Amino acid sequence: MSDQEKTKRRDFLFTASYALGAVGVGAAVWPLIDQMNPDSSVKALASTEVDISTIEPGKSITVLWRGKPVFIKRRTKDEIAEAKAVKLEDLIHPEKDEDRAKNSEWLVMIGVCTHLGCVPLGDKGEYNGWFCPCHGSHYDTSGRIRKGPAPTNLEIPKYEFVNSNTIKIG
Amino acid sequence: MSNHNYVPSSKLGKWFNDRLPLLSLSAHVTEYPTPKNLNYWWTFGGILTFCLVAQIITGIVLAMHYVAQADLAFASVEHIMRDVNYGWLIRYFHANGSSMFFLAVYIHIFRSLYYGSYKSPREVIWILGMMIYFLMMMTAFMGYVLPWGQMSFWAATVITNLFSAVPLIGESITNWLWGGYAVDSPTLTRFYALHYLFPFLILGLVILHIWALHIPGNNNPIGIDIKKPSKDTVPFHPYIVIKDLYALLIFLILFAFFVFYAPNLLGHPDNYIEANPLVTPTHIVPEWYLLPFYAILRSVPDKLLGVVAMFASIFVLVILPWLDTSKIKSAVFRPLYKQFYWILVLDVFLLGYMGAMPAEGLYLLVARVATAYYFIHFIIILPILGFKEKTIPLPLSISEPVLNGTPNLEENNKTST
Repeated sequence: MSDQEKTKRRDFLFTASYALGAVGVGAAVWPLIDQMNPDSSVKALASTEVDISTIEPGKSITVLWRGKPVFIKRRTKDEIAEAKAVKLEDLIHPEKDEDRAKNSEWLVMIGVCTHLGCVPLGDKGEYNGWFCPCHGSHYDTSGRIRKGPAPTNLEIPKYEFVNSNTIKIG
Repeated sequence: MSNHNYVPSSKLGKWFNDRLPLLSLSAHVTEYPTPKNLNYWWTFGGILTFCLVAQIITGIVLAMHYVAQADLAFASVEHIMRDVNYGWLIRYFHANGSSMFFLAVYIHIFRSLYYGSYKSPREVIWILGMMIYFLMMMTAFMGYVLPWGQMSFWAATVITNLFSAVPLIGESITNWLWGGYAVDSPTLTRFYALHYLFPFLILGLVILHIWALHIPGNNNPIGIDIKKPSKDTVPFHPYIVIKDLYALLIFLILFAFFVFYAPNLLGHPDNYIEANPLVTPTHIVPEWYLLPFYAILRSVPDKLLGVVAMFASIFVLVILPWLDTSKIKSAVFRPLYKQFYWILVLDVFLLGYMGAMPAEGLYLLVARVATAYYFIHFIIILPILGFKEKTIPLPLSISEPVLNGTPNLEENNKTST
């Protein structure tokens, strides 16, 4: 074998060793990183059932689901009409009200501002919906962002009506 | 290093020093030739070392009584305050200690900016310092979360949510940081673990910071390179040690004022309300030492760009040695830079004030102008100033202006261009 061939053989062995070493280090480090992800007990608290029979029109309740507040708002006719009247072109994050509230009387959404995670205040702001006190985001009666630094509408969680008095979130 | 040939006087000392040269190190530090014109702005390195050690000692003691679990954390802090012997003193010392630490580090940083201590050959010292500063901010933030009051909880929420601005993987990152779907007990426990770890990382970086400092030696108020040892230097001990201790004593008077007479002045009353994930306090503000960055974050109307601007405001400091094109270190000989320096100081104070005010109306406008100016100072003014500014001739040595009367102007013009 010539010197040059020997070098190539060496290079291959080095590269292969480094690659195998990198895979090994990666495999060893992964459990140390993944342990920080939500654990089984946290994931197990995936759904919660809420009694909504006592909520009057125009009122809302806040429940805790997976550590986050969820707003359940029974909207008045005016509020529904206001939400439906908005043109999609006027929205920062265009979504129809029908797509956000399956049953238009009930608006269920995660009460966490999509900017930096504060809890917006109800019946406040320039659009009669929610207002985040931390950095001034205004949401309308459908929970859609209208003004301020938040990039998207308030998130709608997975939920269903178990019966006319109960909502299951998650 | 100056003491390679140090020989201990005793036989035992020599035996030991041959095996582990700790005595050489000690001799190096005590005899270390230091510029004789260092003023009191140079005493903050020593003060900062004191702050770090004090925080570590009080922190370890607090860790003996604190419980890092969401249901117990708030009560355990109250337990420290009411039941633990001298718990109130140790906790107030630790809590106010962080403010004093930041006060000292800001003076230390602004001293470097004024006297050009970040310039060649001290770039690595500066970068290590910025790493220390960044770790300090992370440590302080995580420590602020531990009492699990309303401000703790919502500070944790807002700051961790900064990472949700990362495109595509933002949500995965925040869930990973939280160990759940919101800030909760797992978050608190890991913050506690890291809050305990980081000060020791800082300590390691401080050792590197001082090691790197001892290669070129201290900068000095006139910013010229000096021969050492020479007529321009004095030994570190006792001259600098005594000066540092005196400054520390004055600093401790201020420290003691806060601890004993106004322990909650720098804190926020809302943090004496236990964390409630359903209610955000109407006006949330970070601790005073993070306010300028908070103002920068809020002054950008876009979420991602706001976060980018905030991190950029720190990164711009890291690359400062290459942004400042002037070869003259000290602002004493840079009449224009001196003015821009004080404008920057005012700008940072202004940003701090705006960070404490609501982000609306005139406040927001002023915060935006101040944010823009902050970046303009570093990215536009400093690079240009190095070429345009007419500097004042430098003296040849620290002693020269005093001992030789008028400086030799012909010589100096050469060095100052």
